[in-house]
Amino acid sequence: MSDAPLQKGRAIATRDPGALRFALIALTLAFLGLFLVAPLAVVATEVFREGLGAYLAAIADPAARSAILLTLTIAAIAVPINAAFGMCAAWAIAKFKFPGKSALITLIDLPFSVSPVVSGLVFVLVFGAQGLLGPWLAARHIQIIFAIPGMALATMFVTSPFVARELIPVMQQLGNADEEAALSLGASGWAAFRTVTLPNIRWALLAGVLLCNARAMGEFGAVSVVSGHIRGLTNTIPLQVEILYNEYNIGAAFALASLLALLALVTLGLKSALEWRVRAALSEQRG
Amino acid sequence: MTFAATAGFLPFRRRSAIPGLRLTLAVTALYLLLIVVVPLAALLIRASSLGLMGIAGIAMQPRVAAALRVSFGVSLLAAFLSALVGAPIAWALARYRFPARRLFDAAIDLPFALPTAVAAIALSTVYAPNGWFGAPLAALGVKVAFTRLGILVAMIFVGFPFVVRTLQPVIAELETELEEASMTLGASRLATLRRVIAPPLIPAVLTGMALAFARGVGEYGSVIFIAGNLIGVTEIAPLLIVEKLEEFDYAGATAIAAIMLTISFVMLLAINRLQAYARTRLGDV
Repeated sequence: MSDAPLQKGRAIATRDPGALRFALIALTLAFLGLFLVAPLAVVATEVFREGLGAYLAAIADPAARSAILLTLTIAAIAVPINAAFGMCAAWAIAKFKFPGKSALITLIDLPFSVSPVVSGLVFVLVFGAQGLLGPWLAARHIQIIFAIPGMALATMFVTSPFVARELIPVMQQLGNADEEAALSLGASGWAAFRTVTLPNIRWALLAGVLLCNARAMGEFGAVSVVSGHIRGLTNTIPLQVEILYNEYNIGAAFALASLLALLALVTLGLKSALEWRVRAALSEQRG
Repeated sequence: MTFAATAGFLPFRRRSAIPGLRLTLAVTALYLLLIVVVPLAALLIRASSLGLMGIAGIAMQPRVAAALRVSFGVSLLAAFLSALVGAPIAWALARYRFPARRLFDAAIDLPFALPTAVAAIALSTVYAPNGWFGAPLAALGVKVAFTRLGILVAMIFVGFPFVVRTLQPVIAELETELEEASMTLGASRLATLRRVIAPPLIPAVLTGMALAFARGVGEYGSVIFIAGNLIGVTEIAPLLIVEKLEEFDYAGATAIAAIMLTISFVMLLAINRLQAYARTRLGDV
């Protein structure tokens, strides 16, 4: 009870003037409401403008179906590989001290600061007809650029940091004690990872996989550069959206875009829920 | 992977009881080498065969110079404006309680999650001369779509979340004791905001701005639809790379990419320095 005046004093000391509070809250609501939500709302209205029949027809279109299939294929290649990479990187970085660790972390983050177009270009310079390996590949009739392997590689480059970034801080905070206990009880390293580490990091891992997947399915610039835009063959959903929009087939463009917008919303919702769980799990561990 | 296998691989001060360093580090390094290092090295090799003079020559071509100027100029302005709106939003989200705060908080990540192609066609529809925002703005004589203003709008859309997200945790961890001390010493709340609260936040604002700037410079998808891509006016550098590639002008594409990559590296270095500086100056934040 004796804390009450102190608490009250604290509240006063950290409280901003009413007008400032009002202004900042109004700015936040107005800016986020108008600037962020309007583009999302326009997707919804454009979809409903043409009616359900046109919407379904746009999605059932053969080119759209092949774009959806290609997007799923590329995500199915890139996401598991990057999840495995993220777990390996997080294990090495969070559990051990070694020279060059901060350089390694910077290298992991690097793809985030490279322009998507440059991310695609580098693979063209390696595997393209004029690229380093171009003549060698051409002699063996191996097609990487303007084909699925190149698109998968560019997607892997762009999405490689997501899982690692999500896992490293969580595993660092969890520490090594649980695994050491398991090992001292005779578990193998793999068993310790599977039965101790994996349950501890599952929510963070899932959040990383979701973000990785959202970007893998939505990547535009990098994939656009290596795809060659062969309709029905190397067009993912985002690339097909571009083609339809440029052909003034606005309804169909928004129909396909709505799939990606929905993916983004679901990803965001799940990520928020998962991050709450991660925080709860961490405070439980520490508590 | 046994304990013995881990030892002797790298100079350790203390042996770890946890196995698997050699395996996981090898996998991590190999993957990064194949996916990130070799492709980027291919770009650098290609660029070095052009030579510095060659790259400078390409950069000085009027169309290339204009595209670089648009990309860097507009994204710098976008980063500045992102900080201007992002900082108050971060403060409101971190400090105030208001209806649907958590929903708005989650919405900040929308530009991160929304694929650029979707953001692109949505933004160009909203800001088109007959769009929700475009029509009233057109009535005021402001043209957004197919102008540099459109590029600015798209770059703020993808950039301002970086400012909010770097600033928010720093605000949340500010020591309120300092604000209390400031009040007991007789400072007004506004003086406290300006002289006690703002200084430790500046490195985070600058970091957020640097991230927003880096994203803006490289941004392609969400800009090209709204920009209209007029050569010399609204053509951005990443788009010019794509154009050069379509003309099989690999040298031109490589030179522009090398310039952009160099700037990204410098930005990354600046961000790291900034954060290191913030840590030494202000304690471990």
